[in-house]
Amino acid sequence: MGAFTRTLAHRSAVVSSRPVSLVLPMAGALLLAALLFPICWMLAASLMPESRLFESRPLLPTAVTFEHYRALFDERDFLVPIRNSLLVSGLTTLVAVPVAALCAYALARLRMRGKGLVLACVLAISMFPQISIVPPLYLILRELRLLNTYPGLVLPYLTFSMPLGVWLLTGFFRQLPKDLEEAAMLDGATRMRALRDVVLPLAAPGIASTAILTFLYCWNEFLFALSFTLGPDRYTVPVAITLFRGRYQVPWGQVLAATVVATIPVALLVLACQRRIVAGLTVGATKG
Amino acid sequence: MAAITLTGLAKTFPNGHVAIRHLDLRIDDGEFLVLVGPSGCGKSTLLRLIAGLETPTAGRIVIGDVDVTAHSPQRRDLAMVFQSYALYPHMTVRDNLGYGLKARGTDRAVAAQLVADVAAALDIQTLLDRRPAQLSGGERQRVALGRAIVRQPKAFLLDEPLSNLDPALRAQARAELRRLHRTLGTTVVYVTHDQEEAMTLGGRVAVMREGAIEQVAPPLDVYARPVNMFVAKFIGAPSMNFVPATLVGIEAPSGALAGIRPHDVTLGADGQMHATVELVEPRGHDSLLHLRLDSPGAESVLAVIAGAAPPAGARVFLTLPADRRHLFDGRTGVRLR
Repeated sequence: MGAFTRTLAHRSAVVSSRPVSLVLPMAGALLLAALLFPICWMLAASLMPESRLFESRPLLPTAVTFEHYRALFDERDFLVPIRNSLLVSGLTTLVAVPVAALCAYALARLRMRGKGLVLACVLAISMFPQISIVPPLYLILRELRLLNTYPGLVLPYLTFSMPLGVWLLTGFFRQLPKDLEEAAMLDGATRMRALRDVVLPLAAPGIASTAILTFLYCWNEFLFALSFTLGPDRYTVPVAITLFRGRYQVPWGQVLAATVVATIPVALLVLACQRRIVAGLTVGATKG
Repeated sequence: MAAITLTGLAKTFPNGHVAIRHLDLRIDDGEFLVLVGPSGCGKSTLLRLIAGLETPTAGRIVIGDVDVTAHSPQRRDLAMVFQSYALYPHMTVRDNLGYGLKARGTDRAVAAQLVADVAAALDIQTLLDRRPAQLSGGERQRVALGRAIVRQPKAFLLDEPLSNLDPALRAQARAELRRLHRTLGTTVVYVTHDQEEAMTLGGRVAVMREGAIEQVAPPLDVYARPVNMFVAKFIGAPSMNFVPATLVGIEAPSGALAGIRPHDVTLGADGQMHATVELVEPRGHDSLLHLRLDSPGAESVLAVIAGAAPPAGARVFLTLPADRRHLFDGRTGVRLR
């Protein structure tokens, strides 16, 4: 009887596990293909001569050329927009994440009136349509003589990236066990020291994710960069690529090569932070 | 080491919940005081007020002879063991133990020696390079205890530190805590909802209900002379029986209730009351009997009987010995005699 039940159980396990074991990898493969397709296409097309770009099978380059990449750096000096983008995105991230972390910690932990309202305002600000604040920001930056400067881009970026950071990190800090900070404070640490020694190391995955999102937001931002820069010496990557277009033609090969180049720093950043992002540091902190 | 004095202490949370209502308590230097009570009675809040993790709405907290009411937790020089242990997960056991010393600027060599001494005392030397996630529940509890001891604080605050251990380990940890207290002689305030823990650990037990202390006394005094029905019910397991005083033939004001502990009920061939055995729960060394009294209006009574127990359905006589009876006012619950 026991053996019979075991066999039945085994059989039903086999039957029920079969569709799952096939569906999951298939769905995964489909998703991966959908995600990778534009990247492969971009990479392949950037290596094709301009004349073959619009042939029927652009995914398989028949002739490989580095002409677009050469033109990108020799003729267009694409390093300048990359440098600009790196500087602006990096500076914004460096300012936004620490300030947002302090603000988020206060919102997550301290008892104060109107906390909900502050959080709601923070969220509302990050939802403003960007175009609506371009004219006032332009006038302000012009008065401050910050048009066409790095701070002239970093400051407007902060107005959008900080609320996002505050919102994300508040949620993250709230998940951390409060006992740990309290233990640190009883151990003799001030609140700031407890934040530095205990909270921030544990919040590292959240902080890394926020930093990446902030950096990506600035790296991809187009409207402010187009509105507040006046010449090629301050153009960021998206603006520079858009302005590749001439009066009579679009150099698609160079555009694609530029896109590949612009993807590299972001991909490197994500790879570097990947291990930090994987949460799980808090395992074993408390009971269980 | 220091005494802790609480005067007129009160705490109302912003949402209006009154956690502690006007409480006066003195915990002597070197005393082991257990705060015990059902969940939500305010015992943990009281501990957090002493620790400085909550700010009182009224009253004063004095540690030694310093008024610390307005002091932050780090200035109070107390150590706390949390129910969750709250070990820093990103630090090794060594760093966990040494963090308090580091935060207070202790010399590095001195700190290392102190950590080694505590690790030896708690027998956790082999765990020093592990992280909390790699420890068992019992090991974590010892590390948490070690972290509190290593700084030699003025007092220890322990918030249900044994509640996450399995029963066998808990008994062992309880004995260890007592031994530790004897060696260190530091003031301990210990919070638990387990009356057995309170009875076995405390030099004095403070029974709390709804933010107030109902009785503070040595455990045996609380057990033998509970000041009201709440304390009588809460301390001692199984819980005390209450029957109308008139049923037992005691002269008392109307509505008075006689209380008797299940261990004090005696069964025999004749006695004051007639009852039927409803249920027998054998517990190895004794049996717990649920008895239904024949007298009208009486509820069921629990009795603990050593040796052979009568079977369910049996008719028995029971006696509530006069010297073991407690008498309470049925309305207010206050002890009459």
